[in-house]
Amino acid sequence: MTLQEILTPRLGQALRPNIWDAVALILVIGAMVLIVYGGEETTLPLSTLDVTPVSLDPTNLPHYALRTTMRMLLAIVCSIIFTFVYAALAAKSRRAEMVLIPLLDILQSVPILGFLTFTVVFFLNLFPGRVFGAELACVFAIFTSQAWNMTFSMYQSIRNVPKDLEEASQSFHLSGWQRFWRLDVPFAMPGLIWNTMMSMSGGWFFVVASEAITVGSTTVTLPGIGSYVALAIEKQNLRAIGYAVLTMLLVIIAYDQLLFRPLVAWADKFRFEQTASGDAPESWMLDLFRRTRALRTLTYPFAALNKAVSNLQVALPAFPRVPAGKGPPSRIADALWLALIAVSTGYAGWKAYSYLSATLGPADVFSTLGYGFVTLMRVIVLIALATLIWVPVGVWIGLRPRLAERIQPLAQFLAAFPANLAFPVFVVIIVRYGLNPNIWLSPLMILGTQWYILFNVIAGASAFPSDLREAAGSFHLKGWRWWIKVILPGIFPYYITGAITASGGSWNASIVAEVASWGDIHLTATGLGAYIARATEAGDFPRVVLGIAVMCMLVTLFNRLLWRPLYAFGERRLRLG
Amino acid sequence: MLDQPEGSSLVDMRSVCRSFSKGSGEDLLVLEKVDLTIHSGKIVGLLGRSGSGKSTLLRIIAGLIAPSSGDARCRGETIKGPPNGVAMVFQSFALFPWLTVLQNVELGLEALGIDATERRTRALAAIDLIGLDGFESAYPKELSGGMRQRVGFARALVVHPDLLLMDEPFSALDVLTAETLRTDLVDLWIEGRLPIKSVLMVTHNIEEAVLMCDRILVFSSNPGRVAAEIKVDLPHPRHRLDPAFRQLVDSIYARMTQRPELKTPAVEGIHGTGVGMILQHVSSNVLSGLIETLAAPPYDGRADLPVLAGHLQLEADEIFHFGESLQLLRFAQLSEGDLVLTEAGQRFAHLETDDRKKLFAEHLINHVPVMGLIRRVLDERPSHTAPAARFRNELEDYMAEDQADETLKTIVSWGRYAELFAYDEQSELFSLENPH
Repeated sequence: MTLQEILTPRLGQALRPNIWDAVALILVIGAMVLIVYGGEETTLPLSTLDVTPVSLDPTNLPHYALRTTMRMLLAIVCSIIFTFVYAALAAKSRRAEMVLIPLLDILQSVPILGFLTFTVVFFLNLFPGRVFGAELACVFAIFTSQAWNMTFSMYQSIRNVPKDLEEASQSFHLSGWQRFWRLDVPFAMPGLIWNTMMSMSGGWFFVVASEAITVGSTTVTLPGIGSYVALAIEKQNLRAIGYAVLTMLLVIIAYDQLLFRPLVAWADKFRFEQTASGDAPESWMLDLFRRTRALRTLTYPFAALNKAVSNLQVALPAFPRVPAGKGPPSRIADALWLALIAVSTGYAGWKAYSYLSATLGPADVFSTLGYGFVTLMRVIVLIALATLIWVPVGVWIGLRPRLAERIQPLAQFLAAFPANLAFPVFVVIIVRYGLNPNIWLSPLMILGTQWYILFNVIAGASAFPSDLREAAGSFHLKGWRWWIKVILPGIFPYYITGAITASGGSWNASIVAEVASWGDIHLTATGLGAYIARATEAGDFPRVVLGIAVMCMLVTLFNRLLWRPLYAFGERRLRLG
Repeated sequence: MLDQPEGSSLVDMRSVCRSFSKGSGEDLLVLEKVDLTIHSGKIVGLLGRSGSGKSTLLRIIAGLIAPSSGDARCRGETIKGPPNGVAMVFQSFALFPWLTVLQNVELGLEALGIDATERRTRALAAIDLIGLDGFESAYPKELSGGMRQRVGFARALVVHPDLLLMDEPFSALDVLTAETLRTDLVDLWIEGRLPIKSVLMVTHNIEEAVLMCDRILVFSSNPGRVAAEIKVDLPHPRHRLDPAFRQLVDSIYARMTQRPELKTPAVEGIHGTGVGMILQHVSSNVLSGLIETLAAPPYDGRADLPVLAGHLQLEADEIFHFGESLQLLRFAQLSEGDLVLTEAGQRFAHLETDDRKKLFAEHLINHVPVMGLIRRVLDERPSHTAPAARFRNELEDYMAEDQADETLKTIVSWGRYAELFAYDEQSELFSLENPH
């Protein structure tokens, strides 16, 4: 058989369009038009923002939703590019790894809205007088909320490529470039897509938070759902907030159905397993695309391009990990490299110190630490409360497969929903009943992130082996004994995964949750989040830096001392199967 | 296929050594002065225990790892990186799960920059040859193990290598599938339909080596050396029940269990002496079961290894391994391809559980030095506890990290069975307290 014989009959048939082609074509063209339309506006001068201010007219909402979505899309593209470069570099070069991985670890714990304070000024100066600068600042904020965990996932995948596949690609003479596209990237794909999805969930929160921002004397209000809500708060318009919530719901559903579900279903083929197992994820959108004949032929050029790119004869600088039999890597070069790192770290440390010490004294540091501990207490109490509520609920749901099937997407969806859109509703209640903001603003921190606990517990309980449940039943294990001995250890690893995400999210949310307003009423809770928010509004950069540094430190310590050991324990002792 | 004169060699290895660095900074020698020449037109087998370094040797030839010293050449050129004209088949198949059968087979050609039309033609030809017609568009996870390994063969054959390297290609397959694949491959080889000049295969299966190879190099362990070279002149197709075949298998078994002239109490296959003895874990259940089987008829205390392996459906490698553990504990002796129960082994077979544990404990203390050491340390310390790290560090002076892990695992498992001490996995602490 030759190439012609295989392709001719299929191609002939493939060109005849069917009904699905019409549907899919409309979707594709619609998407293109929207992207162009949304993109045109970003190049306008900054003054247009003042000429056409955000309005509460609900008919503007589709347009705002489009702008918000575009920002998300742009940010995710940036995140993916960043991930590929950074992760590949860290995984392939030992020396780069020494710096890049700890750096990533710290970046992960920097509060995202803290970044915004600096980047707004930076990007506005980069494109003076253009909307584009403000857009970039917003996109950058979303990027910082998405990129780190995606990069980690990719780095870990590349480092854990199965040895036999590595040997196979070596022995079949794949070049470094080919290997990257043929082995590393496909192997990393499922983890990357899952983390991208998680990042997206988190991203909605930050896109909404970063559209309307004031840093010192600079106030930027980019058209989008976030600004719409900000204006509604100012105007005390509860109905408008309802519209915004509804729009957001629709946007997230559309995003999930049209983009992510198809991606997950498609990426299923990259899962590294030798046997077909369980239910493959499904997507009506992907099915639609697979059913279309003509549209599928449109993807052939992409497939060909992909092939061409991966087969390019790119001579990558080879970064062999400890070359076999050629002795240990050069000690001198290592020493030089370490010296370079030490010198730059010292320089950066000294610079930071002299900048901060010019305006701040030890008293500021102590008071900031104090605020930090208040917020830390909040996070601990809230996670404990959320655990008490959602673990039993999650177990109850997870052990009922048909119910779990219906609730699980809902919980995932709630996790993606930007909870800050709903904040005003709570603020109205607090104001009306004159509640203490120090206590009652706190739940806002966990409003959006508690769902991570719920859906992970549901997943854990659903995955709990039925033979163990039956064994527990036949030994008459009931009541608290059943919880302690059977189900809690069973779901522990899942719960920890959820709790880590929830606590990280709560820290981030504290910056917007500890300060809330409704019209001209401003509520403030004492805490590090409020401290950073106030400093941001006043344009007081040294205090912003100090606040971020303290938060970074607390989050890192919290992770290292509590979550990581628990996670390791769960993985080692309690992982089933 | 046989057009090359006998004299020209494909692969030439001269006193090749390979060591890996241990945790303590010293090197662990895996291959010691190996000489090997491979000519065209032969199937050569590297036969040895797992851990004898035969896979390492294969990887040196494949250019995947470099020798520590010595000269490794392929067609006269020193091997630096995977040489051209050498393709490999993997034990684990090593197929890319996200590529279809056809794409997997084409992969090697793509890397060589061969144009699409020729690539397709050659890939389809290889798929056809190896009996995968109709599966071109399947993904590996849709295939059975046997079909997957066929893809592995097709992928290697499609590049028309001069030398085909096979790393235990049948050992991940079930018995029937492996046998079909072996005979298919030998048939294609005999008929001259394989686009290759010679084959080098690594195996620990003695019968497999006798069934397929023209030349067998028997490897000894620790460090790996070529202990013997055996020419197999039996005509193809070979039959396992043919007396000449059986005789050859028996003689290889005997050779592999031969005890070298011992200067030390070391036991063949078990590396090191004293506290530095490397232990490989065998469950105490397996040991008890094996002793009982040996003591009972038809063996009555003495069993021919190939027969025992057949009866228990064990690989030769496993039966050696179990036999050596019994030998280490002085419950049995390996000699001339037989496993013979000692007097203590006979006694063990007829004891009740508690008495068995006592006897086992006694033998552990007397014959496994590290056990004695742990017991002494626990007895001497006032707290009667000791962290595992204390012994691990000592073990790592003698062996590599993963070997120390395995040894420690064995110590814990045997010590628990013998009730010599308790071990808490959480705190990694040995103690004398048993929970009551």
